[in-house]
Amino acid sequence: MDTTTVVIGAGQSGLAMSHRLTERSIDHVVLERGEVANSWRHERWDSLRLLTPNRESRLPGWRYDGDDPDGFMAVPEVVTFIDSYAAAINAPVLTGTAVTRVETSSRGYQVTTTGGVWNCEALVLAGGAANLASIPSLATTVPVSIDMVTPMTYRSPECLHEGGVLVVGASATGVQLADEIQRSGRTVTIAVGEHVRLPRTYRGRDIFWWMDAAGVLDERHDDVDDLVRARHIPSPQLIGTPEHRSIDLNSLARLGVEIVGRLCSIRDGVAQFSGGLANGCRLADLKMSRLLDRADTWAQETGIDVEDAPLRFQPTSVPSDPTLEIHLHRQAIGTIVWATGYRPDYSWLDLPVLDRKGRIRHDGGVISDAPGVYVLGGNLLRTRRSSYIAGTEQDTYELANHLHEYLDRHACVKAKAC
Amino acid sequence: MTMTTKPVDNGVNTEALIGAREALSQAPEAAEFTWRASCTWAGGTYSRTKIEGFSGLGQEHSHRQVFTYEADHPECFASEDRGATPVEHVLSALASCLTAGVAAVAQYRGIQLRSVTSTIEGRMNVLGILGADPEVRNGFNAIDVRFNIDADATPDEIEALVAQSQKRSAVFDIVTNPTNVSVNVG
Repeated sequence: MDTTTVVIGAGQSGLAMSHRLTERSIDHVVLERGEVANSWRHERWDSLRLLTPNRESRLPGWRYDGDDPDGFMAVPEVVTFIDSYAAAINAPVLTGTAVTRVETSSRGYQVTTTGGVWNCEALVLAGGAANLASIPSLATTVPVSIDMVTPMTYRSPECLHEGGVLVVGASATGVQLADEIQRSGRTVTIAVGEHVRLPRTYRGRDIFWWMDAAGVLDERHDDVDDLVRARHIPSPQLIGTPEHRSIDLNSLARLGVEIVGRLCSIRDGVAQFSGGLANGCRLADLKMSRLLDRADTWAQETGIDVEDAPLRFQPTSVPSDPTLEIHLHRQAIGTIVWATGYRPDYSWLDLPVLDRKGRIRHDGGVISDAPGVYVLGGNLLRTRRSSYIAGTEQDTYELANHLHEYLDRHACVKAKAC
Repeated sequence: MTMTTKPVDNGVNTEALIGAREALSQAPEAAEFTWRASCTWAGGTYSRTKIEGFSGLGQEHSHRQVFTYEADHPECFASEDRGATPVEHVLSALASCLTAGVAAVAQYRGIQLRSVTSTIEGRMNVLGILGADPEVRNGFNAIDVRFNIDADATPDEIEALVAQSQKRSAVFDIVTNPTNVSVNVG
């Protein structure tokens, strides 16, 4: 089967790109291993809501139009949002079609799927940055009696084995899961390495309102000081709730969660944690204050009327003598939750585009080692907004333009060759 | 911050460090270094450790001179106090590593340093090393470092310098995180 462009993945990014291609009359198909918005349907926990308020839920030509622009969508609402979009833009999605191999071909690229082989000139990888849970290798040293779950397999506290819970990682995922598991009556310990602390609201407005207004979300990938590092920073400690509450290590400690340093090793059933906890917390506090300084400066310079005065939050209160070791059996830890990030699955990608760490080499989504191939999704793909749903608007606009130009050039070269 | 047109000079060549980082990201095998020391017993609890060479960037390197460090234990441990104790060498290593980091980060961030001093304390219950209480560890219970920094920067910027230097410090990592150690004979 032939088409001009194959888009892999029918989540928000792939569908947004499909819309951009349709706008440009570029013939394409969207291949989807499961259903539209598959990861949202099947690989997220029950209580999850988006980190971004509804007003930030935008796709090209599509936006939230409900009566709660400041609220946060629960996962079923996200699925409906994306589903309705797929229908509205009439996206040419082939569901239940898993890609098993991508390689170069005389036409450009050949995409082998469980539903046949496609040949195309351009290819968009929009399968998402979160296909697999990224688990550290020390997981192999966990005693077999302890159950291990990832954010992709975790659903709710009731599904956990008996006993205490060790949550590894203090991203949005880690702190949200620690929060709900502790509230369910379990004893939770959270192992904290580098993390990003943010208040839900600041001076009466959502933190995303500030980051949008002050230009933080528009910072481009090619303007960021250390891009590799910036792309690997954990998601900010935020939770979307109807109460707009903040979540951080202080709020977890108030609930009774024990805060320990980064998990370093497990030896003979004893988990060892880094003694560098205080510095990780200090870095996060300082970084949060710098962001708030920037918001205040912006507000002052633009003269915008903000009701509440600037304030600074209490520093993270680190235990004076944090636990360095936990004997997993003696302290009755029944479950370890690996909230240690996600990674994409490129096991089917037979193109010379991966670096030594298995990451795609790209410049803002443009893969120069495979002309005509683009990648979407992930942290800071093109701007800081790329990490969130609303980032698809601009990212797909710019990459569709690039793709369009590529096809024009490609057609031109081929015509001359004939 | 004071406005100044004078270029910041903390005596750290950050351009070279950034260049090295770029180069080594492209050639990761060159980034593998091995640091070495050789130690000789000199009677009692006294020893001398020599540091001469190391390997990295795909080759052997020699220091500009051989550095010798003496270690011993103090008189209250019935020794002759001919050198600092090994645990004090650890404190020295941590303080100097953090101090180097402060200078490098300050240079990178355009902050002129005027003085950087620090004191470091490691608290230890010696019942551990004496084998008198199996519940007491041998090593430090805790280490406290206090920096005093005079620089063209706000208090928060100085805090951030010190925090970033910990984040990038080899010795801070060595003392806060476990390391596999194998000790063999012959």
